[in-house]
Amino acid sequence: MRKSTAGAIAGVAVTLVLTSCASATDPQSDVTDGAPGEGTTAIGFITVGPKDDFGYNQAVFEGSEAVKKAYPDMEILTAENVPEDDTAATTMEKMIDKGAKLIFATSYGHLDAALKVAEAHPDVVVVQQGNTITTDVPKNSGTYFGTVYEPMYLAGIAAGSATKTDKLGYVYAFPIPQTIANINAFEQGALSVNPDAETITVSTSDWCNPGKQQAAAESLLSQDVDVLTQHQDCTATVIQAAEKAGAMTVGYHADASSIAPEGWLTGAVWNWGPLYTDIVKTVVDGDFVGSEYNANFRVGYKTGTNPFVLAGYGDQISEATQKAITEAQAWLATDEGSPFAGPVEDQSGKVVIKDGAIPTYAENDGMGFFVKGVIGKLAQ
Amino acid sequence: MSLLEDVMGGGVRGGTSIMYAALGETIGERAGVINLGTEGSMLVGALGAYAIAVETGDPWWGVVAGAVAGGMLSGLHAYLVVRRGASQFASGLSLLFLALGLTSLFGAAYVGQPVVALGRWDVPVLSDLPVLGPILFRHDPLIYLSYALVPLTWWVLFRTRIGLLVRTAGERSDSLEVNGYSAARIRAGAVVVGGMFAGLGGAHLSIAYANAWFENMVSGRGFIAVALVIFAVWSPLRVMGGAYLFGMAIALGPALQARGSELNQFALDVIPFLLTLIVLAVLGRRTLSAAPAELKRVFENST
Repeated sequence: MRKSTAGAIAGVAVTLVLTSCASATDPQSDVTDGAPGEGTTAIGFITVGPKDDFGYNQAVFEGSEAVKKAYPDMEILTAENVPEDDTAATTMEKMIDKGAKLIFATSYGHLDAALKVAEAHPDVVVVQQGNTITTDVPKNSGTYFGTVYEPMYLAGIAAGSATKTDKLGYVYAFPIPQTIANINAFEQGALSVNPDAETITVSTSDWCNPGKQQAAAESLLSQDVDVLTQHQDCTATVIQAAEKAGAMTVGYHADASSIAPEGWLTGAVWNWGPLYTDIVKTVVDGDFVGSEYNANFRVGYKTGTNPFVLAGYGDQISEATQKAITEAQAWLATDEGSPFAGPVEDQSGKVVIKDGAIPTYAENDGMGFFVKGVIGKLAQ
Repeated sequence: MSLLEDVMGGGVRGGTSIMYAALGETIGERAGVINLGTEGSMLVGALGAYAIAVETGDPWWGVVAGAVAGGMLSGLHAYLVVRRGASQFASGLSLLFLALGLTSLFGAAYVGQPVVALGRWDVPVLSDLPVLGPILFRHDPLIYLSYALVPLTWWVLFRTRIGLLVRTAGERSDSLEVNGYSAARIRAGAVVVGGMFAGLGGAHLSIAYANAWFENMVSGRGFIAVALVIFAVWSPLRVMGGAYLFGMAIALGPALQARGSELNQFALDVIPFLLTLIVLAVLGRRTLSAAPAELKRVFENST
């Protein structure tokens, strides 16, 4: 999602390392008659950022470790700081040279390179995380992603129950639909247990800019916000700002309870292991073509194995709140359950989702309004 | 808190890293050397401070390490520019990119590592003053240190023999040589001290303000600092005011958003840059005539 000069420089370094140990075989010569990716002995993972960012990329890395555990004989190739340009394709080519017939390209902007590599290597499966393929999906490709606003709804229940000022703060980067859905789900969850809860939003216009994050957190804390959460790539600054001020925290991406021992409530965190392992199994068994992963796959509590789960609870979450969260999660898994089950009003009080209506995953993927109770203007 | 206290207090906190760097750059430019690598010195300072604070558990060792790291990078600039006669612009920019790459590489191990940061320390009595208390006296110790360093830098530059030599190196270096001084040494010293200040700015960012290390976290503050020196017509006191003004411009957007402002987020984002243009328009030609003579020569030679 994020691209930076530094990332590009480090990415080049990664590529050089891979180049030096790659074999000189022609990648086209090892085409077999089997299904794409069948029987591969190596799997590649490329990430746009460092593998220990306490965030998006670390989650991918941990998912790859889960695959390693499930397939101990499999060689796992990882490359960090891979920019969202042709470098990504080059990096994937090197992995194919080393025997990988399955590659996970995990950043939104890796899609073009992923499709290019998939076209050049019909025997290799390249799946991409987060984006959608708008043309015909090639036989050896597909995209996948989870539904992060569902655990954010549950985290909203935790925040709405724990707040004493009824003011929750949300630091976000850009008003993209995924972020808007997260913020709305968080407020809907809080409202479900606390009708006075409001969520104040501040944007940083940056996926990771600790200086701006600090300014945003300070501005919220000075408005009596006592629970902070965020949609940022790097999360430590906002969490520590809350902890220092004696406020509570709902985490994002990774469990950060270690840096917020007092204020940690819970968080929406990633657990890619089960989904990755299932994709690997599908490919290794030769079942990829025509499978659910050979398309634009979206997974949530209804379909199971949502890669977004709720983190462990902090001390300030009561047993009654834990029970409410457990019940809400079970409800989300039913046909009637959704953070956006109608009626839902927007900020002006207009009903935008009718009573009884349940929006689809695709509709939520295009969300463009803040719900009632969210404070802040949505930049158009 | 009121919007005024929010924005001005936030401006002091957010502007301090810029102020340290701009103060250092003032010293170097007064001696006739411009350092576009200031951003890089801030980066190595931020990482150096963070890494040492993590390893030792003592943020003050981090502060020392930040200054040393910033000084070392600018030492390279001094060597290339003063000793080897390299282009000041090319050297500064090259060192910035070197710092970006090095800190990304060696900083990866420190991303997400918890650190013992410099905590807030309220000055007794003064912090309870209405309005002024929250704006000036409820901060971390590195901010109080900067309150002392600004007048000290001014005093050294304009009231001591060392300061006279530094300024002469920037105005009429040939007269130094006549009197038996080495302009090269004085310049090199000024550039290294300037880099140490920039390193302190980076340290403030990583272990006092944002309490985190992340690649490229300085994100342009070093360039703002270099520009600020020109707005501030090479005066340490004006650098202080200018840095706080930038800090306030950065703090204004979030403060308004947190109050449910109807203003567009992207409109708020341009405030710091709009401010820059307004200051440039107001100051206009006055800044150039105040530039150290040897610094003007750098610009003229580098077409």
